[in-house]
Amino acid sequence: MSVLKDAEHLFRFAGLFVLAFVIFLVARHYIVPKSFGQYGHYRGAAIGEIGERPARFAGHQTCEACHTDAAEMKKTGKHAHVNCEACHGALIQRLPNPETPKLNLYQRVVAMIVPPAPPTPLFLSHADDPTSVKPILPDTAVLCAQCHRASAAKPKNFPQVEPDSHSTGLPCETCHKPHSPGMDAGGAK
Amino acid sequence: MKITRRQMLILLPAAAVAWESVLAGTPETSPNYKLSDHWWGMLIDIPKCIGCGNCVRACQTENDVPDGHFRTWVERYHRSDWLMANSGVISANPLIDPEVISPDGGKEGFPVATDTEGKYFFVPKMCNHCADSPCTQVCPVGATFVTPDGVVLVDQTYCLGCAYCVQACPYGCRYIHPQKKVADKCTLCYHRITKGLTTACCEACPTGARQLADLKNPNDPIHEFLKTHNVQVLKPQMATGAKVFYNELDGSVR
Repeated sequence: MSVLKDAEHLFRFAGLFVLAFVIFLVARHYIVPKSFGQYGHYRGAAIGEIGERPARFAGHQTCEACHTDAAEMKKTGKHAHVNCEACHGALIQRLPNPETPKLNLYQRVVAMIVPPAPPTPLFLSHADDPTSVKPILPDTAVLCAQCHRASAAKPKNFPQVEPDSHSTGLPCETCHKPHSPGMDAGGAK
Repeated sequence: MKITRRQMLILLPAAAVAWESVLAGTPETSPNYKLSDHWWGMLIDIPKCIGCGNCVRACQTENDVPDGHFRTWVERYHRSDWLMANSGVISANPLIDPEVISPDGGKEGFPVATDTEGKYFFVPKMCNHCADSPCTQVCPVGATFVTPDGVVLVDQTYCLGCAYCVQACPYGCRYIHPQKKVADKCTLCYHRITKGLTTACCEACPTGARQLADLKNPNDPIHEFLKTHNVQVLKPQMATGAKVFYNELDGSVR
């Protein structure tokens, strides 16, 4: 045992080293998020969190569930591939949440260090409550020109007009049915 | 059981940490969505794009994109060197650079083109959701990544805002969010496509110039389209594995 006789300081040092390593492992356990490394060098739970975000455009299937008349008219017309929300805007509206959440003491201390995220907004859908949220009833004198105003840059086969000379400022719906605008295909009013 | 002041001081922070993780809970995921069943991309049909800017506006509405920043934008190219005739192109001078404009990202459309000479076309741009994306490789903290279903996302709770990825993207598709101070980019409407909806830009496109594509779905029309059309990606020489496919892309597009 003569070799270990004067090695006590080395054991003490090794003990400290092991202790530091254990502290490192414990700290790492708390600092590294649970899902880090689940799919790669990133937080796996982030995928689900990003996917949770509420949508604003509900999709034309949602509109067509109730508005069967408009869907039926659109089906055979020139606007068959134009989705409802392309003209009428997003079906779901976001309203600011008026209620401020109540914070406990711990959360208030944390809020002093890390500024809290803004309150979660409310999302109201026309599909859930038709009276509260109304999609836009567009002004055809403005809306139609966004696509159909003549320009040399647009594809040649796309129907284009000079709005001023074509309709002298009258809204397009005076003559065309917006859901099926082709004059030859029964789109005339 | 008697707890001393010393024990109390040790226990309290530990309990606080434990309670935080209980409160945090687990995020709600779409129940029928399997990451391994999808490989997302997009098809952009240049001859169909009319430059109306509906996609840019829809993206801003859907994703609260701050003014002056874009997750998707539309560029108008004008190749004045193209001499067109009824029979087609007579001559083209590749040494003349095309004129490219994108006023406010094309959000409110484009000015009427007065010069009828040459060739015009619109190029909608967005994140290419590269399979081997340079932007994810440079992130020092693992805050941006390619998901198992092929979408490049940013974990904004983890991002430091160092903007290294903004520089790394060869397509200029990222920006630092002016309020959040973290990297922001197109998520391919991940919150929509995982619920069976299409992206906001595809939903709003009036001509079908944009089509969401699931390359792992054998019934997706993208497979036939890729075989039967002249389809390219942007900057193929960079080998980024870009998954936004452009039909009839002009060689002058960068």
